[in-house]
Amino acid sequence: MPDTIPYTTHERPDTGLYNAKIGIWLFLASEVMLFGALFSSYVLLRVGSTNWPLGHTILNVPIATFNTMVLISSSVTMVMAWASLKLNNFKKYRLYLGLTVLCGLIFLVVKGFEYNAKFEHHLFPSTSTFMAVYFTLTGLHGLHVIGGIIVNAYFLGPGSKMWFKEPERLTNRIEVSGLYWHFVDLVWIFLFPVLYLL
Amino acid sequence: MPGGVMLPEFYNQLGAMHGTIMVFLGVVPLAVGAFGNYIVPLQIGAPDMAFPKLNMASYWAYFLGGVTMLVSFFAPGGAANSGWTSYPPLSNIATMGQTMWLFGMVLLITSSLLGAVNFIVTIIQLRTKGMTFMRMPFFVWAQLVTAFILLLAFPPLEAAGVLQLMDRLAGTSFFMPSGLVISGQPLTISGGGSPLLWQHLFWFLAHPEVYVLILPAMGIVAEVIANNTRKPLWGLRMMIASILILGFLSFIVWAHHMYLTGMGTVISAFFQTTTMMISIPSVIILSSLFITLWGGSIRFNAPMLFALAFLPMFGIGGLTGLPLGLAIADIHLHDTYYVIGHFHYVVAPGTIFALFAGVYYWFPKVTGRKLNEALGRLHFWPSLIAMNFIFMPMMIQGLAGVSRRLYDGGASYAHAQGVLHLNVVMSVAAWALAIAQIPFIINLFWSIKSGERVKSDNPWEATTLEWSTPTPPPHGNFSTPVEVYRGPYEYSVPGAQKDFTPQDQPKV
Repeated sequence: MPDTIPYTTHERPDTGLYNAKIGIWLFLASEVMLFGALFSSYVLLRVGSTNWPLGHTILNVPIATFNTMVLISSSVTMVMAWASLKLNNFKKYRLYLGLTVLCGLIFLVVKGFEYNAKFEHHLFPSTSTFMAVYFTLTGLHGLHVIGGIIVNAYFLGPGSKMWFKEPERLTNRIEVSGLYWHFVDLVWIFLFPVLYLL
Repeated sequence: MPGGVMLPEFYNQLGAMHGTIMVFLGVVPLAVGAFGNYIVPLQIGAPDMAFPKLNMASYWAYFLGGVTMLVSFFAPGGAANSGWTSYPPLSNIATMGQTMWLFGMVLLITSSLLGAVNFIVTIIQLRTKGMTFMRMPFFVWAQLVTAFILLLAFPPLEAAGVLQLMDRLAGTSFFMPSGLVISGQPLTISGGGSPLLWQHLFWFLAHPEVYVLILPAMGIVAEVIANNTRKPLWGLRMMIASILILGFLSFIVWAHHMYLTGMGTVISAFFQTTTMMISIPSVIILSSLFITLWGGSIRFNAPMLFALAFLPMFGIGGLTGLPLGLAIADIHLHDTYYVIGHFHYVVAPGTIFALFAGVYYWFPKVTGRKLNEALGRLHFWPSLIAMNFIFMPMMIQGLAGVSRRLYDGGASYAHAQGVLHLNVVMSVAAWALAIAQIPFIINLFWSIKSGERVKSDNPWEATTLEWSTPTPPPHGNFSTPVEVYRGPYEYSVPGAQKDFTPQDQPKV
C-alpha cells in the first residue's frame, strides 16, 4: 500500500471533499464557538449593567466604517485570487493576493491609530466594562487578522512555488485560506454594529 | 513545611493542580491523544492520520502547556491554588501561579482543538474501501463523538481564559463585581463584572469534558468485551445511537453544577430535566455491555478483568450522580466529599481501569509481546480493592456533610467528627493503590524486552482491522491494500470455520 495520505488534493468520491476543506470547516466551527462565547459574555455583561454607554458616543464610527469597507474589499480580492488560479492566471493571482494582504495591513494600521487615540484620551481596558469588551474583542479579532496576513503572505512569497509542481494543491490551499479570511471578515461584520452602533 | 506538615497554601495548590493535571495532562492525552492516535487509523484501515503536521503541532502545544503547568509550582506564591475550577473573584486576585495556569490552559486547549480536527477528518475521509460508518468499531465511534465534543466545548473555556487573563493582566472587570473589599481595602477596579459568567463558560466546557473522559473508555471496554466474550456486541446500533445522543446532550446539562448559585428555579428545572435525560443513553450503553456477557464463553485474561471491573465501577459512579443532578438533593450534597467520591468512581476505577484494559489488550500489537498475566492479576485485584476503600468512604463522609477542599480534613467541624476516622482508611488505601501499581510498572518494562512473544499478528483472535497489520505496524500501517467486507464484531458466526471472522475476510 502506498504510504501517502489519500485525498490531500482530490475529493473523496463519497464525501465530495478533500481533507483540508473538512478540516478548515471544523476549525471554523470551533471559532464560531469561541466568538459565540465572547458575544454571549458581552450580552450577559450588558444586560447586567446599569449604565452601558452607546458605542458611537465613545468610538469613532467613520473610521470603523472605512475599516469595514477595507475588510470587505479584501474578501473580494481573496476570491479573485482563488478564481485567478482556477483560470490558470498566476500573475493575476499574485496581484489579487497581494491586494488582500495590503488590505489586511491597512486595517491593522487604522486599528492601531484608533487604539492610540483611545489611549491618548485615557481610555484603557480597565476604564470600564465597555472598554474592556471593546479592547478584548477587537484585540482577539486583530490577532486573527495578523494570522491571516501571515498565511497569505506565505502563499504570496515562498508558498507560491507550489504552483509549478502541484497547481491544484495550491489552488486548494488558497480556497482554504480564503474560507478562513472570510470568517475573519464576518466576525468584524458582527463586531462593528455590536460595538460601534448599538 | 514546618515540622513535616504541609501549609494550607500548598495543600490548595496540590488540590488545584491534581485536578488540572489528571484531566488535561493525564486522561485526555492518554485516552484521546495516545489510544486514539494509534488505534483509530488502524481500525479504519488508514495509512496515517489525515494531517501529520497538525498532529505534531498538537503534541508540541500539549508539551508546552504541560511544562507551563509544572513550572508554575516554582512561581512566586506557588502554582494555581483556586481549585481546578478557578472560580473568580478569588482566582482573579490569586498569586502568579494562576496566570501561568491560564497560559497553560490556552496551550492545552489549542492542542485539543488541533487534535479534534485531525480525528474527525481522519474518520470521515480516510476510511478504507468497504469501511462504511456502520462497519466502524465502537471505539472509533467513541473517538468521533469525543472529538466533536472537544472541538465545540473547548473554545468557550478558551474565551473564558482570555477574559480572566485580561482581568489579571490588564485590570479589566469581566468577572469582578462592584464593591469588592480585600483585607479591609476597597479594590480600585471599574467593577460591574459577573463571577457567574465564569461559571457558565467554565462548565460549558467542563461538563462535556466529563464525557471526553468517559467515552473513549467505553470504546476500549466495548472492544475488549466483544473480543473476550467471543460474541458480537449486543445492540450495537443502539449503542451507536446512544453515544451520538450522549454527545449532543452533554452540551445542555452544564448548569447542574450551579444549582446553588441562585440562578432560579426555572433554569434549575430545565437543567435537572436534561441531566436526567442524559443518564438514559449512558444506561443503554452500559446495559448493552452487560447483556453482551450473557451466554458468552468468557476468557478471563488481564484486559478482560479490567474491562469487567469497569462495568460495576462506572455503574456506581453513574448512579451516585443522579442525586447530584436533582436540585433538591444537591442542596445537601453540593461541594461535599460525596461529589468527589461520585466523580472519582467514574474516572478512576472507571476510565483508568478502561485505559489499563486498553494497555493490556493492545500491548501485543505495539511491541509484539504480551504482558505477563500473573503480574497483571497482581496489579488488578489490589487496585480494585484499594480503589473502593478510597472512594466509598468519601461518599459516607459526604453524606455526613463534610466539605471538600478542607485543609484539616474536617477536624475542626463538629458534624465531621463521627466520620473523621475514615480519613485514615482512605490514606492507607491510597498508599496501597500506589503500591499496587508497582507490578504494572515492572510488567510494562520487563515485557517490552522479555514478554511472551506473540505467535501471529492476531494473538487475541480479534475481528477488527488493527489485527490485520504487521506487528508492530510499519510506516503506512498496512503492507497490502485492505478492504472491508463485514461488520466489526463477527464472533461465533454459525457455520463459520473459526469463532471469529476478521473484517477484511471476503465473503464467499
